Amino acid sequence: MVYLLKRAWSESPLNAVLVPMLLLVLLVTLAPLVQAADPVADPAVKGNGYQGAEYWRDVTRGVAGYSATPGNEAGVLINRSGDEWRLVRNQQVKPYGAWLLGGTLLVLVLVFMLLGRNKIKEGRSGRTLKRWDLVDRVLHWSVAGLFVLLALTGLSILYGRHFLLDALGGGFGGFMQFSKLVHNYLGPLFVICLALMLLKWLGRNIFNAVDLRWFARLGGLFGGHPSAGYMNGGEKMWYWVLFFGGVAICATGLVMDFPNFGQLRDTMQDANLIHAGVSLVLICGALAHAYMGSLGTEGVFEGMVSGEVDENWAKQHHNLWYDEAKGHKPPQ
Amino acid sequence: MARMKFLCDAERCIECNGCVTACKNANEVPWGVNRRRVVTINDGEPNEISLSVACMHCTDAPCMAVCPVDCFYQTEDGIVLHNKDTCIGCGYCLYACPFGAPQFPQDGAFGQRGKMDKCTFCAGGPEEDHSEAERAKYGANRIAEGKLPLCAEMCSTKALLAGDADDVSDIYRERVIYRGSNSGAWGQNLAYNPAGRKSN
Ligand code: SF4
Ligand code: SF4
Repeated sequence: MVYLLKRAWSESPLNAVLVPMLLLVLLVTLAPLVQAADPVADPAVKGNGYQGAEYWRDVTRGVAGYSATPGNEAGVLINRSGDEWRLVRNQQVKPYGAWLLGGTLLVLVLVFMLLGRNKIKEGRSGRTLKRWDLVDRVLHWSVAGLFVLLALTGLSILYGRHFLLDALGGGFGGFMQFSKLVHNYLGPLFVICLALMLLKWLGRNIFNAVDLRWFARLGGLFGGHPSAGYMNGGEKMWYWVLFFGGVAICATGLVMDFPNFGQLRDTMQDANLIHAGVSLVLICGALAHAYMGSLGTEGVFEGMVSGEVDENWAKQHHNLWYDEAKGHKPPQ
Repeated sequence: MARMKFLCDAERCIECNGCVTACKNANEVPWGVNRRRVVTINDGEPNEISLSVACMHCTDAPCMAVCPVDCFYQTEDGIVLHNKDTCIGCGYCLYACPFGAPQFPQDGAFGQRGKMDKCTFCAGGPEEDHSEAERAKYGANRIAEGKLPLCAEMCSTKALLAGDADDVSDIYRERVIYRGSNSGAWGQNLAYNPAGRKSN
């Protein structure tokens, strides 16, 4: 297993797989990364007269020499990409991420104040339909619970020094140790739970024509209820955001979690930026998801708790699924 | 007030690794950790040049800027030190450091990083000077004894200089003047490049 992982990483074109995904999600934030590679002249081909300015130019270009000291990149005198990584992380990912989080919270509060709770229009029927199996619910809540823990510890690692240091005082060090352990050890568990959940729900989340019409009417945000099957267009979109975002954060997370496979600094810097950026986007998505799945919509939260939803809720939000479940007419 | 600096004179370093050994001995660093290393560019070729490198105790240090637990601090002398009790071994300082100075002993399963270890300019750490705890976590505190880092003290060719920036630059400037420049210069060029030797 370990060997396989090792092979997968050493051979995996991490950037080739992840960069397109990353561009999708974080075009602006991470654009400077793309310019990272810089061809370095090989000093060995130079003959006599290799000295002075020429030598120093190579050194500052990050050329690697020989070092009797073992260790990754011990022969590299200057780490070229470190500066870039620090600037992108500290001056782009951190502030933009904070704005994104704050903005999302603000929008959710505004949505709640302006639109209020999305009620079951006809009131509860008292009759329920089975919507989520026990397996579905266990998977959902394992992923959700781990996500919350990982988000809290991850945000502490990204932003903690700016406010937790004052808030916790002497307890800061211990809390951060704990955060790192939680993050590193629960991460792989999250990978497994997320993968199972995504696989189990894949079939239900393929887009179809019904979803197009659903999107065309903005999901009924401004009145009316576009038709929807088991999952509506918005839910499918969240699934795919979680799918691609999840692959990105899981892959990059594992790269950083197991530094013993000889990955070099460049790989881990890129992994770190992708991980932080995509995670911030997913946290915002998860906030919106949690709002819509609890406070925002009446009758939905109980579905994920007990597995049963009210029939009138089903009729209102997932009419095609309701008809199908009731055997009214064939599914579209 | 002093501003401590390292300077390695590439015209003198002969890659004897004496500084590396002196450092390991003075600080009794953990297994697998090398606070200082010597890098040779063009190894075995004409004009090979070596440099000894460790933490350079940056002004406005990148490691300080990225540490999630803010465990670095800079002494009045400009020495960058860190608190191992707070360090969580995330490795960010290594990603950011221009010189690859931060080192990590492997600790626990899956290659998990232990507490970061790096050159302290032989100035110990936040624990009380010369205490057991300081010795165990950070190694020597020669600065508190009024001495300079052992690597530079032991350098066989005095390529590696450590000390107050003014003193170091005075020494180096004097050397450069004696050494001359271009084709007349002493140093690696003289050793490796016959064409560069003075005619007399
Ligand atoms: S660890 Fe690296 S970044 Fe930090 S002060 Fe030393 S050389 Fe500078
Ligand atoms: S490894 Fe330790 S010192 Fe380095 S950035 Fe992480 S917490 Fe800070």
